[in-house]
Amino acid sequence: MAANNEQHIQEIRALIKKHKIWDKVFAIVGLLAMLVGVTTLIVLFANLAIDGAPRLLSWDFYTSFPSRRASSAGILSAWVGTTLVMLVTAISAVPIGVAAGIYLEEYAPKNWMTAIIEINVTNLAGVPSIVYGLLALGLFVYQFGLGQSILAAGLTLALLILPVVIVATREAIRSIPQAIREAAYAVGSTRWQVVHDHVLPYSTGGILTGVIIGLSRAIGETAPIITIGALTFIAFLPDSPFKGEFPYISFDWIMAPFTVMPIQMFSWTSRPEEEFQFNAAAAGLVLLGMTLLMNALAIYLRYRIRRNIKW
Amino acid sequence: MNSPAQIMNEDFSLPVSSRLAFRFSRHIRERIIEFILLLAASIAVLTTLAIVVILVYESLPFFQHVSLKDFLTDTQWTPLFDDAHYGIMPLVAGTLVTTGVALSVAIPLGTIIAIYLSEFASHKVRETVKPFLELLGAVPTIVFGYFALVFVTPLLQSTILPNLPGFNMLSAGLVMGVMIIPYVSSLSEDAMHAVPMHMREASYAMGATRFQTAFRVVTPAAFSGIAAAYILGISRAMGETMVVAVAAGMQANMTWNPMEPAETMTAYIVQVSLGDLPHGSIGYQTIFAVGLTLILMTLVFNIMGFLLTRRFRERY
Amino acid sequence: MVELAETPALNHVKDAEGIVVKPKAEVQDLSFYYGAFQALKNINMPIADKRVTALIGPSGCGKSTFLRCFNRMHDLYPGNHYQGKIVLQPDNTNILGSKVDPIEVRMRISMVFQKPNPFPKSIYENVAYGLRVRGSRSKRALDDKVEEALRGAALWDEVKHRLNDLAFNLSGGQQQRLCIARALATDPEIMLFDEPTSALDPIATASIEELISELKSKVTILIVTHNMQQAARVSDFTAFMYIGELIEFGVTNNLFVTPAKKQTEDYITGRFG
Repeated sequence: MAANNEQHIQEIRALIKKHKIWDKVFAIVGLLAMLVGVTTLIVLFANLAIDGAPRLLSWDFYTSFPSRRASSAGILSAWVGTTLVMLVTAISAVPIGVAAGIYLEEYAPKNWMTAIIEINVTNLAGVPSIVYGLLALGLFVYQFGLGQSILAAGLTLALLILPVVIVATREAIRSIPQAIREAAYAVGSTRWQVVHDHVLPYSTGGILTGVIIGLSRAIGETAPIITIGALTFIAFLPDSPFKGEFPYISFDWIMAPFTVMPIQMFSWTSRPEEEFQFNAAAAGLVLLGMTLLMNALAIYLRYRIRRNIKW
Repeated sequence: MNSPAQIMNEDFSLPVSSRLAFRFSRHIRERIIEFILLLAASIAVLTTLAIVVILVYESLPFFQHVSLKDFLTDTQWTPLFDDAHYGIMPLVAGTLVTTGVALSVAIPLGTIIAIYLSEFASHKVRETVKPFLELLGAVPTIVFGYFALVFVTPLLQSTILPNLPGFNMLSAGLVMGVMIIPYVSSLSEDAMHAVPMHMREASYAMGATRFQTAFRVVTPAAFSGIAAAYILGISRAMGETMVVAVAAGMQANMTWNPMEPAETMTAYIVQVSLGDLPHGSIGYQTIFAVGLTLILMTLVFNIMGFLLTRRFRERY
Repeated sequence: MVELAETPALNHVKDAEGIVVKPKAEVQDLSFYYGAFQALKNINMPIADKRVTALIGPSGCGKSTFLRCFNRMHDLYPGNHYQGKIVLQPDNTNILGSKVDPIEVRMRISMVFQKPNPFPKSIYENVAYGLRVRGSRSKRALDDKVEEALRGAALWDEVKHRLNDLAFNLSGGQQQRLCIARALATDPEIMLFDEPTSALDPIATASIEELISELKSKVTILIVTHNMQQAARVSDFTAFMYIGELIEFGVTNNLFVTPAKKQTEDYITGRFG
């Protein structure tokens, strides 16, 4: 019996040793797989940095318009355009997205209409971005007559990031415990008062995270903006929004032609001369810097929210 | 609420009429707010409808001009030449080849990373790696396009494929694959995360190793979620534009060889949009026809995926 | 009579008929910590070979924690650690030893959980899982073992015509018997039951209890239950635990009829818990 038992245990040990080899193999395979992703990110960054550093570090790169000569071409019209387009995108996507999220989470009855809205939000997130460009070309540019303007581009990107904002809003709202709502209802609040005084303030952090991620995606979007016919060579700035005389603010810029950072980069990338590649790399670095910063901010915000909130 | 006694009980300081008026206005305000919120939510539906309507409406003139048979069977796509051909197949082939290359990178690597992070990695490793992957997914696609053209293609040319042309589907597909890894891995990992712990305990209690538990229990249990991640990856790859437009070339080429340059459906739309595009011209009509084809193909893949995974829907 | 001393004698336990039973395992000075929290305090106790030992006590007393030490389930989560020994006989292995692989322990000691937790696989594959994990591939051997285990778990007649059905299609009681068959198929030396009937209706409970009584001729059984009647019905020995400590251990009958400790008496007469 004892000898039998001893033999049995030896068998088990041999078996485990054999099986555990796969644990070790997979641990290595998994690390390698992650290394592929991380290495790509690092190499990509290094490659851009090496090619783009000289232009990136020269001040006139940011204050010059594009030019036929690579060494004097800059991203002035591109970053101004990106800023203004993002402004339009944020102003239109955030209120609509947050309102839609609130409706779906706090108001929507369980019926077929709500189901249809929810399915649409999910599906829109999977629609290729260039299709939004086609939609905008047909609808905003021609049907609504907005032309190839900052407004048309901003609205296009707003539609594109709407699902991101809606989903983030819903998740943020959903994490608020029902007890908080009940407490507010119990003192006689109406539904909107509950939302306005409690649900929204407590979910601001989560919503903000989603908005930042959405905008960082919009900043790098190229295809839909090309599709609506943004120009690649813009050597002037849109009309300034601030005026010297009454009423001090002007909205002429909103209908102006424009270019944006990723299009500027694309246009330089497709030039055959090598010097333009350096400009493209520098523009890529600026673009990458902006998106990575925004994402890092979002990751940090999310981390802080998770740490601070203990319902 | 209607009996006078009850109304009297509510508030003695105000006359009945003004209290009712207050309640009435409060009610109206609530209804208006709800209606505005509903309006915002229905923009999602309107957008979908608008996409369908615009794509169909703008490509109808095209299909009056070109027969569906020519569109689907002709193997040349030269709509802007004098000798115009309108066969979508070269563009479809370009899209399928780049998608195939991308998926052959993204699906294995994404799945391995998901399994590793969910079942093998320590909490610390997981929390360090995930933000990195997230950043990888946030890099603008135009930057990936530049990377494919300026770094990956020369790298392949100088190492294993000296005859690789400057524009080719292989580098575009490979870079696109890495770009899609985070989408596949994070959704797959979510699906595995949703497998309840007691399922793993049951497996470990039988003396299973990590590897056995991961591959025999967790992965099969999370199958439909993982498949959904793959489908998202396919949609992303088919709809990706800038990487292929920059690195795979902008000339329609009927080929299944990834080592050749070719144009995808998305790259064609970009190519045409870059030029002068008068409203109603044949060039204008073609991009909507191509866009419609792209959406329909994405839809077909999604429906196929849905039908496949529905048969394996997990229950715990 | 059995000795009810502070530290029960580990190597000569007498059962209700006065027969000396050799121990299958001896728990020696066992303490267990979830991080800094000490969940088990210095437990000493024998586990009698081919008998049923029940662990009872109010919720939170550490009885499940104690049970999960026997197959090193705690190793799955970071921050847990053991002190002391559980010595498995006849080979005299301390299964908590740092050199002992938890997988080796789990291959010798199987477990049935509180809630039935079959895999999302067929009935057949559920029972065959442990064998496949051990690398057996022969279809014949698998078929035989699966049938034997299902018969052992009194489930064979109900499922023999639908072995390829998904396990989730079984009723709760059948699922739990399936989990017992799964745990039985690999010929374990000890079977651990963690409140196996708490999620089941009375009829299913009765059939599981009957099964446990039959199984003890083949295998040593350790069962956690918060149902004292169940402990009285199925077990030969009972250990009463309270706030991480073993208060009293003895022959089931004696412990329920003439408890030596005041706390045990209070608990079994329903004064707390």
